[in-house]
Amino acid sequence: MPSSVESSDHSDLLPVVPFLKNPAGADPYLEGARCTHCHAIFLGPRETCSSCGARDPMETIPLSNQGELYVYSIVFRSFPGIEVPYVSAIVDLDGGGTVKGNLINIDPDPEKIKMGMPVEIVYKTAPRKDADGNEYLTYYFQPRS
Amino acid sequence: MSDVYIIGVDMIKFGRFPETSVPKLGAVAAHLALDDAGVDINDVQALYSGNLGQAGAMVGQRILAEIGQTGIPVVNCANACATGATAFREGWMSIKAGINDMVLCVGTEQMGKGLLGGGGKNKGIPTEGLLGSGTMPAVFAEAGMEHQRKYGTTFEQFAKVSVKNHHHSTMNPKAMYQIETPLETVMGAEMISYPNTKLMCSVNVDGAAAAVICSEAKARELGKMDRAVKVRASVMSSDPYQARNLQMPDVNSCTQLAAKAAYEMAGVGPEDIDLVELHDCFATAEILHYGNLGLGQQEDAGRMIDEGETALGGRIPVNVSGGLLSKGHPLGATGIANIYEVSTHLRGEAGERQVEGARMGLTHVIGLGSACAIHILEKAK
Repeated sequence: MPSSVESSDHSDLLPVVPFLKNPAGADPYLEGARCTHCHAIFLGPRETCSSCGARDPMETIPLSNQGELYVYSIVFRSFPGIEVPYVSAIVDLDGGGTVKGNLINIDPDPEKIKMGMPVEIVYKTAPRKDADGNEYLTYYFQPRS
Repeated sequence: MSDVYIIGVDMIKFGRFPETSVPKLGAVAAHLALDDAGVDINDVQALYSGNLGQAGAMVGQRILAEIGQTGIPVVNCANACATGATAFREGWMSIKAGINDMVLCVGTEQMGKGLLGGGGKNKGIPTEGLLGSGTMPAVFAEAGMEHQRKYGTTFEQFAKVSVKNHHHSTMNPKAMYQIETPLETVMGAEMISYPNTKLMCSVNVDGAAAAVICSEAKARELGKMDRAVKVRASVMSSDPYQARNLQMPDVNSCTQLAAKAAYEMAGVGPEDIDLVELHDCFATAEILHYGNLGLGQQEDAGRMIDEGETALGGRIPVNVSGGLLSKGHPLGATGIANIYEVSTHLRGEAGERQVEGARMGLTHVIGLGSACAIHILEKAK
């Protein structure tokens, strides 16, 4: 499943979180780890499974860019300097893995946001730079038709 | 192993006291509890101190520097919002183990105003508002929305929790606020994180609470059984693995685990409990815990608040102190303040808000991350 990204030239951007992978010449994706013993799925690399305690190798796997909205909150007040409102969403990805992020391209209105609705991940340049002026690639969720 | 009894317990009126210090707040509560027990600092064999904001700063020893440096061992505890209950439980264990006869447990906190929460402290760029929200109102809003998704619980039902608890606090002179908040006021207040409005968020306050606990033999020797409160169960849990809980803190599983263990330890069931002080850090949270603590079925929580089952005078009164929503939530003090509230009812000393005939009560706190602590308390026979 190809992911949506603003521009093909994204690999010079830093990933907003370590589990966002940003390979040159390929689409960005979220990376997970799957326990080879109990098959629990985690975000990012791990040494040990916190579901079953196994120290067997954890498989590194790409996570799906599609999923469904599990739950959300509409945030109207956040820390100073953070633009509001925004929709904080918990998304269950197809095939496993749960991710938290902003849900965009939808009105911040409980009448419009339906738990269980299909969503997809889109990758964009983050609207913030770090202290050294570096730019970052981040992910968002948006409704999927 | 000896049974453990509370022979002295008290709290300061919660409020904002920027001019004082954490150890001074703790010292006031310690003196209140020692006076309530009719003993003094020379009688206690250890101090268990709970504080979060100054977790590295030897708060317990600094309390003793205020009230008496008797050379006793001091244990400083930090366990998020379960900090005070953790300190109490450490003291309980030392008596259960036969190491001590009488100990002092103190919970304290001084807090600023504003939102609590994580996020934004990583390397790179702040992720708050970019990758969802780590603010506590949003985290607990999402937990409430999970209940809505599964059981159809409404914004109005969540809001009714705040109406109830603010009403209860009008009868509690030690609560931060004594203000009625009608439903339209709660629902119309500034929306912080849907579905939690400002009046559905607990109040950040300064506070302290303390308890003197002892073995049964000591309580009898001192002639304290008349007002003593027996600790029937003291249980903690952390959150078991759930597929979502690294992204979405889970306050349900650890509460269910602790509740099951607490009822087993006490040899009682939810039907034996006369009142509950539970962790209503947000209005959404209280609804979740009705089912988690076995006070009803999960799907009945909305009906329970609609029909007043958890209000004073109802089938199982919850948070008659006003709860964290209106009494206030000084993180390290909350776990012992809840024990004070239930003990006061078991002693028949709760005045206007007294739960009539209360013989057994339950306290519950959750430190997100997560630590759950539950105590079942009973009027001494």
